[in-house]
Formats: sequence, C-alpha cells, structure tokens
Amino acid sequence: MAILSAFMSGLLFGLGLIISQMINPAKVLAFLDVFGRWDPSLALVMVGAVLASSLGYLVARRRGAPVLAATLEIPTRRDLDSRLLAGAALFGVGWGLVGLCPGPALAILSFGLWQAFLFFAAMIAGIAAFAMLPSHQLQPASVRQPQEADA
Amino acid sequence: MDNFTPVSALAGGLLIGTAAALLLVFNGKISGVSGILGGLFQRDLRDLPWRIAFLTGLIVAPMLYAAFGGDLPSIEIESSAGLLVFAGLLVGFGTRLGAGCTSGHGVCGIGRASPRSLVATAIFLTVAAATVFITRHLGG
Repeated sequence: MAILSAFMSGLLFGLGLIISQMINPAKVLAFLDVFGRWDPSLALVMVGAVLASSLGYLVARRRGAPVLAATLEIPTRRDLDSRLLAGAALFGVGWGLVGLCPGPALAILSFGLWQAFLFFAAMIAGIAAFAMLPSHQLQPASVRQPQEADA
Repeated sequence: MDNFTPVSALAGGLLIGTAAALLLVFNGKISGVSGILGGLFQRDLRDLPWRIAFLTGLIVAPMLYAAFGGDLPSIEIESSAGLLVFAGLLVGFGTRLGAGCTSGHGVCGIGRASPRSLVATAIFLTVAAATVFITRHLGG
C-alpha cells in the first residue's frame, strides 16, 4: 500500500507539472526572464503548491503518524550554512541556463528528446558526484541524518 | 505578459502541492525530487521501494495523461549539448549540496515555513533570474 501511495503521489506530482507547464523549459525561462517578456504564471504554481502542501503538514501533524508508515520524517534543521547557500546558487545557475529542475527533468523523459536524456544523465552524474564526496561519506552516522538532508 | 496562463498554473500547482501532502500524510515523506533521487545512492536500501515508486509515477505521468486524452505541451529545448551537460551537472550537484530543489525547498520547505528553505528558494530564484538576464540580455 505504501508503494502504491508513493506511486500515486509521483503520478499526481507529474500531472501537476504537465498542467502547470513546469515541464516546458521555454515556459520556465520566460518566468525567470523578469526583465524581458516576463511570464509570471509559474509564481502561481508555487502559490497553489505551497497552499496545498501546507495543508498536508496540518493534517500530518494532527494525526501524529502517517497512515502507512511508522514515523513522519520532517526535516528539523533551521540553521543556515554555507553548503545550503552555495548549493542553492549552483542549482540556480543550472536552472537558469536550461530551464529544467529535477522534477520536470524526470517528467519529460518520455517525450523522447535527446536533449532531455543528456540533461538527465548529467544531472544524475552531478548527484552521484556529490554522493562520492569524501566529506559526505566520512561523516559519522550520528551527524549524517539522511532524512534531514532532504529538504 | 501575453503568455500569462494563471488558471492552469494555479491548478497545476494545487496538484503538485496535493501530491506532496499525500506523500507526507500517507508515507510520512517529503516530496523533494532531488532528495528522492539522491537517496538512490545511499547504502541504506530500506527507502528504495517508495522512492522508485514515486519516481516511476513522475516518469509515466505524461504517458497516462496523453492516454486519457490530455494535450501535452509541445516541448523544444534549444540549448547546445555542452550547455545541457554543464547545467545538468550544476543542477544535480547543487541540489544535493543545498539539500533541495524547487520541490523540496520551494514547495515542501516553504509549506512548513522552514527558514532554510525560504533562504534557499530566494537564492536559487534570484540566481536563476540573473542567469537568464545575463544570457538573454547581456549577450553572454
């Protein structure tokens, strides 16, 4: 059941990306082009998504435990460190260059464009490179807390 | 602003947020796509099944949408191969270093008013807009 519900969440997430046109890099770049022919549409994607997601936290916290799992895994870190700032900046450059972020990069794979496959392969290589960083591997388990590493 | 599509943007956003809410309420997990992808590289395999299920749903969504008569937007990516590789590496590495992307920080993190996510989202939005400004308007 937990697998089915994760699949349904991914499916619904993908449908949202399609309907909002987040999967269209041209649309994303038009949103980011604040000083050109700006298309503010995607700001509304964020408004809708944050609204629904915040309701999810209300329900989840009121229940205490998830329906199909033992514990709620909500990140608790609140400090700002240089990795967060540097990572967000690097991601911003990559996102602004092509107009693809990780969700849409997966959701457009079935369109069969070679550009999408190439971007996806490079993105996975970037993720793998991070996973192989010595500083990432050598952290003791007590510090690592993988569930808190994912925003 | 001739290309403004507020209704579909808001509707799509509500779907994305609902998906995040469902994964949280049913599975207790955060729907950060870069975090879920990054988890595939962890030695701990317990979380592998739900991660793969979520990612599979994301990948097959366009096929199901089209199969039920939905109109998929036509997508063109004009970037060169070199730029795609460079940007892909930055997105993959940067989202892991910064512990989140548009979904993890932008949707889930802001949904719970996380200060880390608010700052990260402000940074990647600003840097991305600056990158578009440089490449489109400064002829970079």
